[in-house]
Amino acid sequence: MLQGWVIASVSFAYLGVLFAIAYFGDKRADAGRSVIANPTIYALSLAVYCTTWTFYGSVGRAASTGIGFLPIYLGPTLMAGLWWFVMLKIIRISKANRITSIADFVSSRYGKSQLLGGLVTVIAVIGIIPYISLQLKAVSNSFTILLHYPEIVMPARAGAQPLLQDSALYIAMILAAFTILFGTRHLDATERHEGMVAAIAFESLVKLLAFLAVGIFVTFGIYNGFGDIFDRAELVPKLKSLMTVADTGASYGSWWSLTFLSMLSIMFLPRQFQIAVVENVNERHLARAIWLFPLYLLLINIFVLPIAVGGLLHFPDGSVDADTFVLTLPMAERQEALALFVFIGGLSAATGMVIVETIALSTMVCNDLVMPVLLRWKALRLQEEQDLSWLLLSIRRWAIAVILLLGYIYFRAAGEAYALVGIGLISFAAVAQFAPAIFGGIYWKGGTRQGAIAGLLAGFAVWIYTLLLPSFAKSGWLSLDFIREGLFGVALLKPQQLFGLTGLDEISHSLFWSMLANIGCYVAVSLRKRPDVVETSQGTLFVDVFRHTEGAERSRFWRGSAQVQDLLPLIGRFLGPERAREAFLAYARRRGLASLEQLQANADLVHFAETLLAGAIGGASARVMVASVVKEEPLGIDEVMNILDEASQVRAYSRQLEQKSRELEAATAELRAANERLKELDRMKDDFMSTVTHELRTPLTSIRAFSEILLEDPKTNLANRRKFLAIIVKETERLTRLINQVLDMAKIESGNAEWHTADIDLHEVIEESLAATSSLFGDKRIRLEKLLAEGVPRVRADRDRLIQVMLNLLANAVKFCDEDRGCVTVRLSAGSDAVRVDVEDNGPGIAEADQHTIFEKFRQVGDTMTAKPQGTGLGLPISRQIIEHFGGRLWVESNPGRGATFSFILPLNREGMGQEERTEK
Amino acid sequence: MNRAIITGQRLAAVFLLGCVLFNYPLIALFNKPGELFDIPLLYLYLFGVWAVLIGLMALTIERRKD
Repeated sequence: MLQGWVIASVSFAYLGVLFAIAYFGDKRADAGRSVIANPTIYALSLAVYCTTWTFYGSVGRAASTGIGFLPIYLGPTLMAGLWWFVMLKIIRISKANRITSIADFVSSRYGKSQLLGGLVTVIAVIGIIPYISLQLKAVSNSFTILLHYPEIVMPARAGAQPLLQDSALYIAMILAAFTILFGTRHLDATERHEGMVAAIAFESLVKLLAFLAVGIFVTFGIYNGFGDIFDRAELVPKLKSLMTVADTGASYGSWWSLTFLSMLSIMFLPRQFQIAVVENVNERHLARAIWLFPLYLLLINIFVLPIAVGGLLHFPDGSVDADTFVLTLPMAERQEALALFVFIGGLSAATGMVIVETIALSTMVCNDLVMPVLLRWKALRLQEEQDLSWLLLSIRRWAIAVILLLGYIYFRAAGEAYALVGIGLISFAAVAQFAPAIFGGIYWKGGTRQGAIAGLLAGFAVWIYTLLLPSFAKSGWLSLDFIREGLFGVALLKPQQLFGLTGLDEISHSLFWSMLANIGCYVAVSLRKRPDVVETSQGTLFVDVFRHTEGAERSRFWRGSAQVQDLLPLIGRFLGPERAREAFLAYARRRGLASLEQLQANADLVHFAETLLAGAIGGASARVMVASVVKEEPLGIDEVMNILDEASQVRAYSRQLEQKSRELEAATAELRAANERLKELDRMKDDFMSTVTHELRTPLTSIRAFSEILLEDPKTNLANRRKFLAIIVKETERLTRLINQVLDMAKIESGNAEWHTADIDLHEVIEESLAATSSLFGDKRIRLEKLLAEGVPRVRADRDRLIQVMLNLLANAVKFCDEDRGCVTVRLSAGSDAVRVDVEDNGPGIAEADQHTIFEKFRQVGDTMTAKPQGTGLGLPISRQIIEHFGGRLWVESNPGRGATFSFILPLNREGMGQEERTEK
Repeated sequence: MNRAIITGQRLAAVFLLGCVLFNYPLIALFNKPGELFDIPLLYLYLFGVWAVLIGLMALTIERRKD
């Protein structure tokens, strides 16, 4: 059933579906309803990381190194943990600067250097082409194998077939056509390809499902689950060793270096940068990808080892290449549909990678390699062309075709020299060279253009010498002597044992030396001289991107004069006049202007135009083009530093200001509270004054009334006279008492009272007080009960003051006692640290609500309007003050209807008395 | 912003945890022949740690409140 035409038509149908998805995605994007504005689709599209190298190659690698295939997927998982900081920053920078490729990123960071952009492009192209040829090889091999179904025949050595019968050539041509259709349908200022991303996400799903299908089939269909496969492997010594890593320092070393290498690759492979950064619709999508993408990697790797072991068990004679187990196992079991599905899965892994990678590379080649040259080539008279957008598009299309052609040529030439995994790692090591310049660029302002160029050149050169040339030698293009004997026969220069370093595998070896050279040169050359104007301003914009996202800051670095009539046509030449006009109009509207004529060609507009242009032709070329139509006054390094200092000073000031305003708020709140308190005190003072005067007036009125009677009526009889005089005397006494108490209160409150502290016996105090009030008890016929404990320790207090308190409490008790069967109980008891006195009456009691107010000045329980007040209303407050002065407490407990108990305690210990002593006068 | 920084720091902690768990010397503890639940020890350990790390990251991301 699996004739050539079936396979071919299914493949084309699959590509047709892809194209339909992409077309639909683009349509929706044009309509403003993006299909890829979804974090899950973003995460799936990131899985373009998994190419045929994963799909077929992982099993191959697992068959030879066992669990050693894993670090390539563990690295990205770890790196995802840092994306929150690192990737977010790169995305933010790229969006702010309309960066469209990794070359553009590096060149923009280091002063919009065309040289640097070109260098990055060259490294990327040279590094990636073998990787593309790997995809061609995988698809072509799998096609050939499937074609021979039901026999399992390994494909002949690549290049053995005549050119026109080589399926890889046709595959390369089809992929080129497909990519051109996908990637360069129109020129977009942001270089985003929504339709393509939608198709890539779909492809990620297909290849995952295909791989899982094979995995499940092999594990549970051919064998009886994981346990069965591993049990069988246990019996074969060669397979048993696959379950562990060789227990040597070198194997742990290469484990670590592969993890590290893949951590860098996930950031800097051009296709990853394209998908993760350039095609990112919304920064927030990154969050979901941080865990979903590693989960994808986990899923696609679960069955790798079982398939590898299963394949080795199934084809024990080694006649079948382990790289093809994914396909050959279903074929050997006569599963036609599954085999076809696997082929499609492999095809999707290959097409995904090739499409994104060549689009990314073609953008770089166009913007950073070809355009700078063409624009400088005066003979072409490009400066006079009105519309160059066709030129940009056709350069990109040609770039795609040439890159795929180069991939094919490499495939024909390199042939079978390397297993699939080997080629992939060489590419990884190439793009890892971007890491120092980019990480340094976004976290270190001191990196300079010369430093970046030196670092990249050094790292790239070491990579060529230690990895690329040996791979050429192994392919037979160079003499192997060069590897065995070293360059010119010098043993120290052996490319895979440089300076005699042994004990590392070739990737770790190359990674170590190239990183050493790269980082060393980058740092050393950068430190040699101060960054210049553009480097400083770009460095600040990149490193501090989270501080200046508004763009207002960036235009501060530009000074000069420009004309809208110059800028608009310039942009129009690259984007097309119509689109340029639209962009400018949108810009004008955002500024609240009605038409283009009102636009001011100020620094902001120049900056806007340059960013717009950068999206189409790259930052470095955009800089050159804009500079050609505006008059610029160069800023001196000192001026730039001043601007930066000013900016940082302003920030410092604003921080100080915030701090001050917070302090001010706190102070205001305190003042407000104090003011409230003062107002309250003032009100209390007023209340006090009016109460005192009211209290004074009552006795005064009666004194005056009786005095007037006596004065005006001399005939008053003696008995009445005596009676009136007695009243006058009593009222005078009351007046005196009141005034004394007020003065007393004032003294205590102000702390001016006199205290005569001594060790006193409360027993005596109580007896004395009772003696003084015995007449009161007698008059009212009130029973007195004394429950005084013996041997109560002495307390330190003022004897007269305590008597004053007792008299007050006893007088109150008598006053409020039951009229008929009055009974007052006085108790004295000692606790471990305090002495307690209770005075209990059996009167009406005090309502809960009043139990606090009776301790306030001039507050008397009962309706003062109807009942005559029975005291001054100062007795209890004064008593409380006295008790508290000695560190004690005075309170009341009462249930209405069952009498009230006034109690106080005085502390026994002498601590705290020192404080009291100090307040004494 | 503060909450975002906390999330970032939690993720960075997961990164560091992963760096330790996926490397020598811890990995050497499990790098020996032998099976648990019929699965080779190292294979089980690596995939187990991997799943836990993904779980931690998912928890950190999806339960954040910003």
